[in-house]
Amino acid sequence: MSSYRYIGKGRRAKEHPRFVTGRGRYVADIALPGMKHIALVASPHASARIASIRADAARAKPGVHYVLTGEEFCAHTDSLLIGVDAPKVTRWALARGLVRYAGEWVAAVVADSRALAEDAAELVEVDYEPLPQVVDPCEALEGRILVHPEHGSNVLYRRKFVWGPVEEAFAGADHRLSFRASWGRSATVPIETFGVVASWDAGTQILDIWASIQMPKYPDQTARALRLPGNAVRVHYDVDVGGSYGVKRGIKHTALAGYLARKLGAPMRLIEDRLENMRGGDMQGPDRAFDLQAAFDRDGTIRGLRIRAVDDVGAYAGRSPLQLGKPIGAICGPYRIPAIEYEPVSVMTNKTPQEAVRGFGQSPTNFAIERTVDRVAQYLGMDRIELRKKNLIRKDEFPYLIPSGSTYDSGDFHTVLDKALAVATYPQLLVLRDQMRKAGKLAGIGIATCLEPSGGNSAFEVLMNPKNETTTWMDSCLVRVDLSGSITGVINNSSSGQGHESLVSTVLGEVLERDPGAIRVVRADSLTALPSNSPVGSRMAIMLGGAAAGAAKRIKQALLAIAAHNFECSPDDLEYRGGDVSLQGVPSKKLSWDQLVEIAHRKFHKLPGGLEPGLQAKFVWEVPTGGGLPTADGRIQMYPCYAFEAHVVLVEIDPGTAKPSIRSYVCGHDCGVMINPDIVHGMTYGGIAHGIGAALYEKFAYTTEGQLASGTFMDYLIPSAMEVPGMTIVDHCTPSPLTEFGQKGSGEAGYLGAPAAIANAVNDALSPLRVSIEALPMSHHAIWSALKEAKSRI
Amino acid sequence: MSGTLHLIEVDVNGKRRVAQVPARLSLVDWLRDELRLTGTHVGCEHGVCGACSVMLDGEAVRACLMYAVQAHGHRVTTVEGLARPDGTMSPLQDAFCEAHGLQCGYCTPGMLIAAQALLDANPRPTEVEIREAIGGNLCRCTGYQQIVEAVRLAALRVE
Amino acid sequence: MKSAAFEYTRAASIGEACELLARHGDGAKLIAGGQSLVPMMAMRLVRPASLIDINEIAALKFVAAENDAVRVGACTRQAVVERDGALAARVPLLRQALAWVGHAQTRNRGTIGGSLAHADPCAELPLAAQVLDARMVLRASSKGKRTLDAASFFTGAMSTAIRADECLEEIEWPVWRESRTGSAFTELCIRHGDFAVVAAAAQVALDDSGRCVRAAFGLAAVGQTPLAFPNLAAGLVGNSLTEDLIRAAANDAADACEPGSDLHASAEYRRHLAAVLAARALHAAHEKAKAS
Repeated sequence: MSSYRYIGKGRRAKEHPRFVTGRGRYVADIALPGMKHIALVASPHASARIASIRADAARAKPGVHYVLTGEEFCAHTDSLLIGVDAPKVTRWALARGLVRYAGEWVAAVVADSRALAEDAAELVEVDYEPLPQVVDPCEALEGRILVHPEHGSNVLYRRKFVWGPVEEAFAGADHRLSFRASWGRSATVPIETFGVVASWDAGTQILDIWASIQMPKYPDQTARALRLPGNAVRVHYDVDVGGSYGVKRGIKHTALAGYLARKLGAPMRLIEDRLENMRGGDMQGPDRAFDLQAAFDRDGTIRGLRIRAVDDVGAYAGRSPLQLGKPIGAICGPYRIPAIEYEPVSVMTNKTPQEAVRGFGQSPTNFAIERTVDRVAQYLGMDRIELRKKNLIRKDEFPYLIPSGSTYDSGDFHTVLDKALAVATYPQLLVLRDQMRKAGKLAGIGIATCLEPSGGNSAFEVLMNPKNETTTWMDSCLVRVDLSGSITGVINNSSSGQGHESLVSTVLGEVLERDPGAIRVVRADSLTALPSNSPVGSRMAIMLGGAAAGAAKRIKQALLAIAAHNFECSPDDLEYRGGDVSLQGVPSKKLSWDQLVEIAHRKFHKLPGGLEPGLQAKFVWEVPTGGGLPTADGRIQMYPCYAFEAHVVLVEIDPGTAKPSIRSYVCGHDCGVMINPDIVHGMTYGGIAHGIGAALYEKFAYTTEGQLASGTFMDYLIPSAMEVPGMTIVDHCTPSPLTEFGQKGSGEAGYLGAPAAIANAVNDALSPLRVSIEALPMSHHAIWSALKEAKSRI
Repeated sequence: MSGTLHLIEVDVNGKRRVAQVPARLSLVDWLRDELRLTGTHVGCEHGVCGACSVMLDGEAVRACLMYAVQAHGHRVTTVEGLARPDGTMSPLQDAFCEAHGLQCGYCTPGMLIAAQALLDANPRPTEVEIREAIGGNLCRCTGYQQIVEAVRLAALRVE
Repeated sequence: MKSAAFEYTRAASIGEACELLARHGDGAKLIAGGQSLVPMMAMRLVRPASLIDINEIAALKFVAAENDAVRVGACTRQAVVERDGALAARVPLLRQALAWVGHAQTRNRGTIGGSLAHADPCAELPLAAQVLDARMVLRASSKGKRTLDAASFFTGAMSTAIRADECLEEIEWPVWRESRTGSAFTELCIRHGDFAVVAAAAQVALDDSGRCVRAAFGLAAVGQTPLAFPNLAAGLVGNSLTEDLIRAAANDAADACEPGSDLHASAEYRRHLAAVLAARALHAAHEKAKAS
């Protein structure tokens, strides 16, 4: 592997100075003259007909400008899009006629301040006629109570995929096992809620949008919902986003704010407060019940898997059902399993809608696969590590085609696992575990080996909805070298902490051999931007990194062409060093960077024919391996690059109180070449912390009446620095053959394997008692219930 | 009645600020919306996430759980007030950059306040003491790992 | 989550605070640290017409050692009490309880009196007060003051015997004069600093031969108020505190509780925790006493 000047080195992040001095620019920091504030009126019922809305008392309050209801809003805007073929499942920011979940927004109040808007919102009188609700997904599948009657059922999507010889595998294997596991509804819940500021300029007929957003096609879908041409919406990407990890899709909020901005002729601010966010922000995550079957031989070879996944998306859906499709790109995990049957079912209930969450369904799937693997090991009395090693795809088998049609680009799973075990001092960890058990504690070690598909080839869109024949997943970068020789990179999306400015400056610096510290990175707006699909699916190191490299290479080519023209030689005779170009072997014949820049900008008479004046380049490209359509049996190449993680966790459980504590956490991680290792590590630590939350603490809990019981931070328990342990990451690098520097994506790292590892650790701790917990989160209460069950059996 | 404004005088980051505020205006909203010190952030408005942490008379408090009117006669320090008098970053702020103790930056001002308050009272904290001091500040990006390293680094540097 | 509008007065003295309370009646609430009150106001679960701010009354902020008690002004910050080494030497249970109360920011602002007046059955300071039989001094402007013991003070969940025109002025924390005294506070909470699922506090004193001469213990979050078990504690007196004896007392205490169920724990889990934590608190207090 070549050694790089800047890539892979420890570097400070460009973004950080403004954040540590309190000079970030988040959407709530934006104050426009005449700006008004929106507060929402939410339904207390999970299912009801809206009989009437009376807003006179609200409107009469001083400082109140407008009360908008669904009747008006839905008549003047278009329904939001849904990712699957379900045209009757329409969705607007405000309910019209029916409310379908407790917390659904029914009216929007506009006032001079947020406080006044909230005062007025309390005075809006809504008469509801409660209707029967369906909260349990199994009941929803039966379809006696329909969330969207026009749709005819509560099922948004269902298909059974059969890849490989599944029947034969199950018939011919020595053994089979089956069990159920479930992934409780949680989400990444950023500390900053979603917010949008919308301002309509009647003079230019442009709707300006500033938002805390992470959403592909956001300007387009906003324009569409508001029945505006695409070039009437200008999204400003230079808003700092306070974390998203998938969830900030915000089309409904934006359509609402945009409509009001145009209607009332004043800028509108809608910042969710935490109560609105938890119930009505539509940012909850996968809520998945798995039926799992494995067919395996006595020597530990796993011959086949059957996975049925029923996901409760709530009362409406955007991209959420597609989260059942993305895991198809890694449906067998990192294992050599030739036969897979996968039946995803997306079902609606009267709950807050689900949104895209970090990993887009891969983490729940990895959890299901890894629990299956541990259970196979337990069944056979085989060591869990040995079983994994037997089934893990070997380094020499790459590129490896899995039964569902994706090819894994590269990997060395055994080495990463061994490195993680070594750093975790696994033999001593076992001794420690056994000592803890002798001392009366419950203790367990959890292992998880999982994939992080990266690159964002969202082929699940066309796979799950053939009517949506789309295969373009591009990204882009524009690079300018100005007259002074300074370099500026322009990116075309908003960022939420992934360090894209650092990424681009490092890549540009590497290719152009110029100091990244002097390279500026700015963001376009949606009218000036090149096409982008946003930072989703761990794609930006690959796609933005690749685009920046591509644009930089074009700049470099231009510089070489200028020098070749002026030296009257071929570009092959030239040497490029640090931005200066000289004739090979004749160092005195040199044009410096500054001289080349001057020729490009000011000396047309010295410019080679055919070369554009100035010094700028754009690069727009399709995701590697993208562009294909699925086969009839649902095989398709999904994401191009596969990062890998091996978690080794030691968990202790207090047998008296049932309290779990993580005592040791090691994560082996291979995402190919890391452009900025500190940033990659940071996201991995954060992903693990998200995973700890999903595994042990976080749940959007619903009552049988469809009321959200954990709607504040007092009940939705985000882990603090006291719950998240110190963690050690062990790096390995298996470069991708598909990318410029061998980089793979890593934005979802840690989260994709941590819940699996912790579930395996807790179950290892419980195994001497012969009980298990197969539902996340494994709350204190759930652990205690398992202990109680064990005791009652004695 | 509730339209009454109260005259307050507060030392904010070393500057005397005088204002007329309604009683129900929270301290964090006053700092952000009236003084335009938008470095302090709002995350939950019910006293759990810590994003709104400021120093009141040198001690870390949650600015969402105080009304501006209660700050009258007191000294408030926000993230904007952590820099050195000449405007350069404090050792703690610099350590956060060095150790990558942040990603999206949203919880960062609150973290800096909590960590600075710790270092002011305890210049040589143990890892447990660091984690306890920021235990009331939630972060979703970092998993706290590099934040703890940043605080440790800052403690060493101030030595 | 902006509070509903209210009138605000900053009381300069406790007399003024009581006068204001008397004048505004039901519509008025005192605000001290605000760590419990303001979240409820932000969620509009409470909407007092009038807030009377007692944070600036210097006479309510003090720690004074007496012979048999330490008097703590009601508006003394929890962090101040936590840091006070002399107080910790005389009433060790206070510092032990405070270690479980919220986070640094909470304790920097929250007050001793505020937590007691709020009377959350899951809270740590009310449990410490109940177990130590602390005495609350209540001031009403015209009627002077009266003192209530903890058992009379806590009347129900989030409810105390404080009258509408009264203000909690100070708390007397009894000091045990026995030379071999040890105390402990333990809790099961989901995350560090969260409300207790169940909490237990214990204090015991031993004679030179190691026999128990005095004992007190109690549980929080298993009833409408924090619960102390003076009868069960009396049963420990005169005995060697064996594991069996401790466990029996803890089990009896757990049986006597009426815990509730919520999102985080069932009544049955709480009852189990009550027995486990009461035993652990007694055991730890015993170890401390032996070592002293």
